[in-house]
Amino acid sequence: MRQNKLIEKITASQLRDDIPDFRAGDTVRVHAKIVEGSRERIQMFEGVVIKRHGAGISATYTVRKISNGVGVERTFPLHSPRVEKIDVLRHGRVRRAKLYYLRARIGKATRIAERRRNTGK
Amino acid sequence: MAKGILGKKVGMTQVFTDNGELVPVTVIDVTPNVVMQIKTVENDGYNAVQLGFDDKREILSNKPEQGHAAKANTTPKRFIGEIRDAELGDDIKVGDEVKADVFSEGETVDVTGVTKGHGYQGNIHKDNQSRGPMAHGSRYHRRPGSLGAIINRVFKGMKLPGRMGNKTVTMQHLQVVKVDLDNNVLLIKGNVPGANKSYVTIKNSVKANTKKSLSKQHNK
Repeated sequence: MRQNKLIEKITASQLRDDIPDFRAGDTVRVHAKIVEGSRERIQMFEGVVIKRHGAGISATYTVRKISNGVGVERTFPLHSPRVEKIDVLRHGRVRRAKLYYLRARIGKATRIAERRRNTGK
Repeated sequence: MAKGILGKKVGMTQVFTDNGELVPVTVIDVTPNVVMQIKTVENDGYNAVQLGFDDKREILSNKPEQGHAAKANTTPKRFIGEIRDAELGDDIKVGDEVKADVFSEGETVDVTGVTKGHGYQGNIHKDNQSRGPMAHGSRYHRRPGSLGAIINRVFKGMKLPGRMGNKTVTMQHLQVVKVDLDNNVLLIKGNVPGANKSYVTIKNSVKANTKKSLSKQHNK
């Protein structure tokens, strides 16, 4: 979506430039900062990216994992300062932008083929 | 104790607070306002400061407008508004600039604007009424309902279909999230009345100005 120039300028300082390139279908490990009382620690959230949404500072991504047999999805703001870093573990080959079909599948059916990528730059 | 500034709604976006919370904000362009006139009790019967915002070309203005602007040594303005009993500094003169820094971060403000016009709408959209059953021969689908007792007239204020929106509305007690002097912008938490590019008046809130920092508020 085309954004207003002024809005782009205002939010530019809050955008992160250390975000790796990843898409829906990739497996990522999100290092999320969690505040417990006064202490802060880092919690990992590892799973498949099922969607990327929005543009600019409002952009988000949703990661899905199966935890104790229950599907858990967490949506993070892409530029959130509460995310320490994002590790991209695997690139998946998928044919849609939103992988909602994974919600209806369990076990072997949720496998996603690996995508070969030319990352040598 | 009245501060105020005129501005133009740019649009909405989000910003992160210090502790990483995403806050929805409305961006308001407050390119420095010019003091066009100072009204006093002796002269005009009340105290006020008249502000002008957004230049317009000479050809779009008439002679009286040009003369009025010339007194403040500026160009004719598209949007002119008054702040009653304004306290914008003691030695404010005609021709002075009023900038975004009249407000500070965390302060609460009231924002006045003209809401989006929706045209002629029925009770369901306009007055939040509910519709009747659509089937089983109800014959009462989206109507306004009873108009009251049979006294050969309808009571004033009865909710009936009509023009919706395009009204001057003030939203009270909104929080200033950020004052950006470089870009001449105020970021106000939440939404404000009106379409993008519409003019708004920002005044300090009539409700108690509880100054609370954004981060503290979220730590609760």
